Amino acid sequence: MNSKQLQTWSPWILLVVLVLLWQGACSAFEVSEFIFPSPTRIASQMWEYKGLIAGHAWRTFWVTMTGFGIAIVVGVLLGFVIGSSRLAYAAVYPLMTGFNALPKAAFVPILVVWFGIGVGPAILTAFLISFFPIMVNIATGLATLEPELEDVLRVLGAKRWDVLIKVGLPRSMPYFYASLKVAITLAFVGTTVSEMTAANEGIGYLLISAGSAMQMGLAFAGLLVVGAMAMVMYEIFSVLERHTTAWAHRGSQGH
Amino acid sequence: MADTDAAFVDFKNVWLAYNAALEAQNHFAVEAIDLQVRRGEFIAIVGPSGCGKSTFMKLATGLKMPSRGSIHIDGQPVTGPLKISGMAFQAPSLLPWRTTVDNVLLPLEIVEPYRSQFKAKRPEFEARARKLLQKVGLAGYEDKFPWQLSGGMQQRASICRALIHEPKMLLLDEPFGALDAFTREDLWCILRDLWTEQQFNVILVTHDLRESVFLADTVYVMSKSPGRFVVKKSIDLPRPRDLELTYTPAFTDIVHELRSHIGAHRNTEAAQSAAT
Repeated sequence: MNSKQLQTWSPWILLVVLVLLWQGACSAFEVSEFIFPSPTRIASQMWEYKGLIAGHAWRTFWVTMTGFGIAIVVGVLLGFVIGSSRLAYAAVYPLMTGFNALPKAAFVPILVVWFGIGVGPAILTAFLISFFPIMVNIATGLATLEPELEDVLRVLGAKRWDVLIKVGLPRSMPYFYASLKVAITLAFVGTTVSEMTAANEGIGYLLISAGSAMQMGLAFAGLLVVGAMAMVMYEIFSVLERHTTAWAHRGSQGH
Repeated sequence: MADTDAAFVDFKNVWLAYNAALEAQNHFAVEAIDLQVRRGEFIAIVGPSGCGKSTFMKLATGLKMPSRGSIHIDGQPVTGPLKISGMAFQAPSLLPWRTTVDNVLLPLEIVEPYRSQFKAKRPEFEARARKLLQKVGLAGYEDKFPWQLSGGMQQRASICRALIHEPKMLLLDEPFGALDAFTREDLWCILRDLWTEQQFNVILVTHDLRESVFLADTVYVMSKSPGRFVVKKSIDLPRPRDLELTYTPAFTDIVHELRSHIGAHRNTEAAQSAAT
């Protein structure tokens, strides 16, 4: 196995090692299943409740994707506006930064008052937590334009709009795809947090109900499923990123 | 075209301050610029960095309006960006997601009348871009991406981009400044050949005296703050000029003379600042 292959397989090797250590520790110290379940216990619980988990996971998945979809639309539009106008950038950015610093879990009770228990708060929490990185990245991509290139185009009579469409938008695409990878993982966090208090379905709800019934194996199985879904989506967006904006990753191609 | 006596580029006592506050303090980026350039003339502007050479370029292309004085180009007063001009800078600033030929085509997607014909006439325009690229020695690289080209090649593509809409005036701001000496001399010859063939006006801003003497009909020396033209020197070396010329005494004499003007000015400046 050469170093390149080793690099490809390293996350799986690390995962196996961690699981073995975990299992070893649980068996050696006879840790109670109600405190900290062993991997075998989690696996057996996952199998036992596979239908239940799949149902909740599906709900969490589509709720997250809906919130994430709204986040893409709103994030791109807002990013386009504040990236294309210096005034809008100056006006909006400080407020947005302040908003971003608020813990999104704090919005859940308010959203429940407005939309009731169910999908509403979960979708909106996923949206609120994930649109910010998308917006910032689009805005940054649009705002970083070489002054020389702008002169070359302006002297030809290019309007601001031409420069944005021909140069700004393609330039911001790598930033955009990079932000999607971050945003999708955040969206899962948003959905799960919201479901923990404001839903009767979804992995978040499953975590709370399994926890209160001392079914730690099931709770851990739920966590595992959210993590796996987020990782799969992250990988999908990173493949998409590599294929659509190869020009931005030329440095790493040879390695 | 009929009136060959009138200057193609005509600056009359042009002053520029970047904003009203600076103007009130009498702080100008360029001062009292008087300049008349024949149609088809190749001029070079040399001077120390920060002397207002780039400001001059912005004035000549209509990207900046003068605070005082008037600028006429091709008989018309300059009122806004001048579409008959093409620009290239020290940084090639090609778009990495477009192939070389698509980069060269970019101006045609923007400037009229090409813009409205672009979809219909794309094959014709593309053939033109490829021909231009071949002329500057980029045959075989038309469909490569800019980041697959060397610095010199990128700069050639950048000059092609400046010329694709057949401008009457080409403005170059230290276009060869970042290249090694051999590549630079190659590009001098390419620029010389393009200019000989197409007879557009060139305004070349540079700090390389040999470059200015080799290429230009007239060299202007600019002083630093205030940015003024202090010397105008006609280069009467016969054309066509060959790189060999740069090793002849006649050539080096002119370079020395220009150098002494820059040096002399610097000394008086130093003397002044020492006195105050």
